[in-house]
Amino acid sequence: MLTAILLGFLFAIFLVFAGKFFRGKLAVLSALIPGGLFAYFASFIPQISSGEIISKTYQWVPAFGVDLSFKLDGLSLLFSLMITGIGFLVFAYTASYLRGHKYLDRFYGYLSLFMAAMLGLVLSDNLISLFVFWELTSISSFFLIGFNNTNPASRKSALTALGITGFGGFFLLAGALLLGSITGTYSISEMLSMKETIAGSEYYILAVIFIFVAAFTKSAQFPFHFWLPGAMKAPTPVSTYLHSATMVKAGIYLLMRFTPVLGDSEFWNTTLIIVGGITMVYSAIHALFRTDLKGVLAYSTISALGILVFLIGLGTKSAFLASAVFIIVHALYKATLFLVTGIIDHQTGTRDVTTLSGLRKIMMPVAIAGILAAISSAGIPPSVGFLGKELTYEASTHAETFTIIIVIAIVLTKILLLWAGFVAGIKPFVGKLPEAHKDVKAPDFLMWAPAIILAVLGIVFGIFPMLIESALVKPVVSSLGADASEYHLALWHGFNTVLLLSAITIAVGVLLYFFLKPSAKLETRIGKFEFISPKSIMEKGTHYFSVFSAFWTNVFQNGYLRNYVTTIVLFLVVLVGYVMFGNPRVMIDHTQLSKVTAYELAVVIILIAGVFYTVFTKSRLAAVAAMGVVGLAICLIFVFYSAPDLAMTQFSIDTLTVILFVLVLYRLPKYLTLSDYKMRIRDGILSLALGTVICLLALQVLAEPTNTEVGDFYAKNAYILAHGKNVVNVILVDFRGTDTLMEIAVLSISAIGVFGLLKLRLKSTDRSQ
Amino acid sequence: MKTLILRTASDYLLPLLLVFSVFILLRGHYLPGGGFVGGLIAAIAFVLHAFANGLDNTKGLLRFHPGFLMPVGLGLAFLSGLAPVIGLDDPFMTGLWFPEPFPVIGNVGSALFFDIGVYLVVIGVTLTIIFTISESA
Repeated sequence: MLTAILLGFLFAIFLVFAGKFFRGKLAVLSALIPGGLFAYFASFIPQISSGEIISKTYQWVPAFGVDLSFKLDGLSLLFSLMITGIGFLVFAYTASYLRGHKYLDRFYGYLSLFMAAMLGLVLSDNLISLFVFWELTSISSFFLIGFNNTNPASRKSALTALGITGFGGFFLLAGALLLGSITGTYSISEMLSMKETIAGSEYYILAVIFIFVAAFTKSAQFPFHFWLPGAMKAPTPVSTYLHSATMVKAGIYLLMRFTPVLGDSEFWNTTLIIVGGITMVYSAIHALFRTDLKGVLAYSTISALGILVFLIGLGTKSAFLASAVFIIVHALYKATLFLVTGIIDHQTGTRDVTTLSGLRKIMMPVAIAGILAAISSAGIPPSVGFLGKELTYEASTHAETFTIIIVIAIVLTKILLLWAGFVAGIKPFVGKLPEAHKDVKAPDFLMWAPAIILAVLGIVFGIFPMLIESALVKPVVSSLGADASEYHLALWHGFNTVLLLSAITIAVGVLLYFFLKPSAKLETRIGKFEFISPKSIMEKGTHYFSVFSAFWTNVFQNGYLRNYVTTIVLFLVVLVGYVMFGNPRVMIDHTQLSKVTAYELAVVIILIAGVFYTVFTKSRLAAVAAMGVVGLAICLIFVFYSAPDLAMTQFSIDTLTVILFVLVLYRLPKYLTLSDYKMRIRDGILSLALGTVICLLALQVLAEPTNTEVGDFYAKNAYILAHGKNVVNVILVDFRGTDTLMEIAVLSISAIGVFGLLKLRLKSTDRSQ
Repeated sequence: MKTLILRTASDYLLPLLLVFSVFILLRGHYLPGGGFVGGLIAAIAFVLHAFANGLDNTKGLLRFHPGFLMPVGLGLAFLSGLAPVIGLDDPFMTGLWFPEPFPVIGNVGSALFFDIGVYLVVIGVTLTIIFTISESA
């Protein structure tokens, strides 16, 4: 199973080296990878439908309980099949859609990276590895959305999408860590058995909120939905694959995966119903005001995701059943509609639905695919969409509270979605072919075949629901912790309320389609409300944030070294001073002090003289030399108090510092303008304050009861364990060697920094000359 | 500062100081010293030579950019830590020792190689910084 997941990553790496062979005719061969994976996962269907769960664990970081453990159950299987199946069609479609593109190989690389990440996500049984794959999907989708990287709008949408989904990723990590600390494991299957522990924990609500934010950002729920329409800047295969069938469903997957762990509480259900409900109605209404085909589809996708969240929130068996069926329904018809839109865009060069009509005369197979998908999306029998809609209504009419509101909301959403499906799938193909599109060419086989396969499947599954019933739908429901064995999918359930609601939906929706045509006027009208939309609010927020951070940076990073030092010292003095005045514990035990000898006194006098000379001299070089005197005096003190290692190092460092100073000062302008009187007094006070604080701190350290355990251990074991007699050095190179390794790495980085800064500066002055 | 006395002296001082720095490096395990101080002393030796004979002469003497010592030293230090992981499946940075002490040097183990790595990095860092600054200032 690991190989299956890694295959996509390996292929992406392979393309880095062998990409140029896949830019031309061979490109279509890359579809073999998702195709093969699809066959591989499909071979598990008999096992999974008989109730088996296949799991596989590879150790990764066992010390932290982080494993690469994979679990294939009904839910994972459904998603894996969707990812690889639609992936296969999209890979093939891309070969024609982006034929001859300069970076086609790169596109395939990103696409297979994404596919692998997505597979890892839905198969992971470990929360941490799930998080890693989750982030990988965000990152690979960033590259895919921004694929047309010469277009600023596309770069901006890629960044927005990354920002929002990355923001959600943080919450997923937080949720994972929180759940890990509650249960003591990161394994999702082990969490299943600890439902009571989690529900009883005081952090339960917090954990649920974290998981919700992660899922809502990924699955474009209100108020995080706005990145999805923006992401439509991506090439159409990306929209098809990521933004209708797979990535946006990752949030849904997360919610479904955690339903048996966190679900079935009032907070869980109510929040999901409210958020899903708002999202489905809000964005279904929004879809009415779009003229761009992709815009219509984007909003109807958000709305469909809202329905799924809402169904998970209902939390009943029939709701789970409905959500499982609706995931399949939506993946089939929405992917088809996107593919169809892509074909129209590719052939005619426009996606403006107001100018498109009569295209059936040119591209009959595409028209068939579009119309079949529209029927499925509308939920007209005998499509699988009808099954999905019936089940959704059934679940809604059995909602426990606010049944009327819920039913009205879902029926309204479905009516509007029917309109959206018709606009995208039927409108471009019926009516008269306008003059402008007379010369449009028919699309390739590779382009229309995937669309028609998906569209026909949408009808076949509707007529023969047993094809998906025990293979896909029921295992999903049992993964969600419910038992649906006695339920049977069928087109006909007799005359009941649900059928009546269906009839109303179809009738009103079709009427709406005939009376309300998408128009540019409507689009501008809704544009007036743009300023209160979550998107503009977030954009304004980020704008003000960057203004504020520019202001903040300019205040503190003003380019004057003396100001930096002043800020740092002031902060330190205030902070440490505050703590020390809060609980003064400085005590000096006079009896313990050793006698001051004459040579110590002499060194201190030299030291003080050096300090005064440094402060009052008018020559820079003299000041540096005097600083050197101070440093050497301190070295002597180290020697007196038997710290030869320290003294040696300090001595060498001091020598080098003086050399450095001299090197730099040598080149400075000769005339020294001293700071004025006030500044000198201010600086003097500040330095005295810092000196006092540090001095008091040192005394306080002495006053603390010393814990010599560590020191004793080192002293005792230096020779036994590390064959060394110089304890200081043994600590540096052996006991705490990793620290030293990091320190020398930091040293090297700083040297590279100095080198880079100065050399680059030299180059830029060269250029200006 | 190209005085004759300093220049003549530096010709003798450079090898002496370098030998001294290696001595400090090796004695570190038993007596005050070690890779860090040793590296600083070696760097000072080169800086002194540069003062006396000019930077270009010192660079010519070195033949390669001192910055190359940084990756070499870091690599050596890292490998000395990695050796027990690869050889014996022990944790990173476990000390490995030759059973018998070597003449003059004494006990030799992975810690010594680690210290040599530190020594090289310190020389590389110090010289890179000082040379860069004195070239560009």
